[in-house]
Amino acid sequence: MNISLNITKTFTELLSGFLPESTANIGAMVIIALIYLAIFSVAGLFLVLIERKVAAWFQLRLGPNRVGPWGLLQTMADALKLVSKELTGTVKADKFLYNLAPYFVIVSSLMALSVFPFTQNFQAFDINIGLFFLIAISSIGVIGILLGGWASNNKFALIGAMRSGVQTISYEISVGLSLLTMVLITGSLQLSEIVEVQKNGWLIVQGHIPAIFAFMIYMIAGTAETNRAPFDMVEAESELGAGFHTEYSGMKFAYFFLAEFINMFIIAAIAATVFFGGWLSPFGITDSIPWLGVFWFLAKTMTLVFLMMWFRWTFPRLRVDQLLTLEWKYLLPLNLLNIILMALIVWLNLTIQF
Amino acid sequence: MVKPNNTILEIMSYFGDIFKGIKTLLTGMSVTGKYFMTSHKGAITQQYPDNRDTLKMFDRFRGEVVMPHNEINEHRCTGCQKCELACPNGSIEIIWDRQVDPETGKKKKMIDKHIYHLGMCTMCGLCIEACPTDAILWAQNYENSVYNRSALTKVLNQPGSKLMPGVED
Ligand code: SF4
Ligand code: SF4
Repeated sequence: MNISLNITKTFTELLSGFLPESTANIGAMVIIALIYLAIFSVAGLFLVLIERKVAAWFQLRLGPNRVGPWGLLQTMADALKLVSKELTGTVKADKFLYNLAPYFVIVSSLMALSVFPFTQNFQAFDINIGLFFLIAISSIGVIGILLGGWASNNKFALIGAMRSGVQTISYEISVGLSLLTMVLITGSLQLSEIVEVQKNGWLIVQGHIPAIFAFMIYMIAGTAETNRAPFDMVEAESELGAGFHTEYSGMKFAYFFLAEFINMFIIAAIAATVFFGGWLSPFGITDSIPWLGVFWFLAKTMTLVFLMMWFRWTFPRLRVDQLLTLEWKYLLPLNLLNIILMALIVWLNLTIQF
Repeated sequence: MVKPNNTILEIMSYFGDIFKGIKTLLTGMSVTGKYFMTSHKGAITQQYPDNRDTLKMFDRFRGEVVMPHNEINEHRCTGCQKCELACPNGSIEIIWDRQVDPETGKKKKMIDKHIYHLGMCTMCGLCIEACPTDAILWAQNYENSVYNRSALTKVLNQPGSKLMPGVED
């Protein structure tokens, strides 16, 4: 197997000093999982805070500013409140599926995080089908949404869930195809290798015209996949109450909420890795100091997250038929054309390499 | 028969739509982007209890209906009851009687109490528009919550006040 566990290796070596090998392996995985869980649940909360602040600035408001300095602890306080709340449920809900749904959503989005290379060798799980794994895992979340909507036994929730199904299944194609366009250049699905290829210039530069198209298509489809405005028909407040999570309360609601923001981070992180060179610094200025890669990776990701927030606070919500028209009549055919264009460019060696 | 250049036109309009779409989206983003960039210069949020001493409501704010009186306790209300009739939810009650006017010696309709139920008022402003003598106006006060509902029933004309001379002419 050519699966290498890079930071995992360090922990495994540490533990195997005083444990048998199989136990050390499992122990290392558990430790890594706990670290990731801790980091990203806090990071998710701060993404919520950033979203609220950015939204406020777009609307000339102040945003949260009471809890902690500049309101920095607001979402932490919200999460604490949600933890302490009662978990209510409806009498007619399908108890088992109803309770299962939030975990599907949050687990699938946390699993996707494990494959990102935050910097050289800082990657929990460097799998050779990395990009494929990401695309696959990010569409599992929709099962949780469908289950939640169905099991709540509520009309709003059901409509929201069905819309989510329609949306994710359609836009999954565009996400996959636009990433495939870039795989034509890299020739590998392994994320660490994709970053390696970009040492000769970020893929958006290497692939020039088709890469820019692919990036635009990816951003649109990615926004749709996270169910964010302008594609938030899943939880269109004015029509559906809260959509699929109408019947959820307390921490189960918080899981859905957190998953939405972690998914946004994931979509932006994929774009940063595939199009903008992941942890590579611009023009290689700090490539000699590998740990600075974390900074560059996060900077690129946050810029793209900001772009998605900008979309959200600018564009009005689409209708369901407009949503499907956009995907099937515009994005998909353009995407296919774009793949052919990219294939031609790679075949004729017209990529820009430094 | 479809003319051959129809297809070309259709393809042109397909791509034209895309470019138009992208252009309008970018226009929208530039508008919100400008707001984002200028937001630090001044948010419209009022941090209410903190700036209670300095907060001034803007002129068009509808706080409650008041009846202004001048220094010698005269108001402009003739007791015509037009505001009472205009109010869609009966928030105004005029209590009046006929009294002898000391100047002319004739009997005349005069206002006794102009009762205004702030708790029922929907701030529609119809009473103010209906008043022929501009006797009532909007006040801009905003801290109108009280512990007892009866405190919201107000008598707008002050005790002992009378009609400003010349209003009826
Ligand atoms: S503002 Fe409207 S509701 Fe209030 S007293 Fe005047 S007419 Fe009645
Ligand atoms: S407030 Fe105006 S409308 Fe109402 S009774 Fe007095 S004069 Fe007439």
